[in-house]
Amino acid sequence: MLLGQVIGTVVSSVYCEGLQGVPFLLVQPLDRTGQPKGQPVVAADSTRMAGPGELVTYEGGREAALALDPWFVPVDHTIVTIVDQVSRAGWRNP
Amino acid sequence: MILGRVKGEVVSTIKHPVYANRRVLLLDRIGADGRELGGYLVAIDAVDAGVGQTVLVIDEGNSARQVIDDPQAPVRSVIIGIVDEITVDPAAVRT
Repeated sequence: MLLGQVIGTVVSSVYCEGLQGVPFLLVQPLDRTGQPKGQPVVAADSTRMAGPGELVTYEGGREAALALDPWFVPVDHTIVTIVDQVSRAGWRNP
Repeated sequence: MILGRVKGEVVSTIKHPVYANRRVLLLDRIGADGRELGGYLVAIDAVDAGVGQTVLVIDEGNSARQVIDDPQAPVRSVIIGIVDEITVDPAAVRT
């Protein structure tokens, strides 16, 4: 898992089977100190409760699809937790 | 498996059910000589590791799901060992 910040939402009206009702959010990946690093990705939200501004952890690759139900879906990044707090020396919330 | 150093903890209330009652730690990736490589991981802790410890980490889904004992868990990174000592020929470590 990696840490990210939700920076927006993505709405799609034409999508592959299995993705109906799955929220898609724009996630900005963060580095180990909480600062933005790299390009944003579009992630499915398995918690269905994340929103812009929130700190989340997301899983990439095959595991991303396993977080959803049905799980045999074409998804490569999925939000799995909404983060309340990160305790780490040098951490600054984005 | 890769080496890491535990740096902190990540606390969440709203999460995928597989993360319920599991400790999630923040760790930096380190090289064979203990040097930090710049990367990090957020991983489930299966061995009660603590901040500052050097740990052995799986970053691959199938083995992670085996440790979690759930064949459909959306989990890839798990701390599966606490490292006591690493012995390596410094000349063999590429920097």
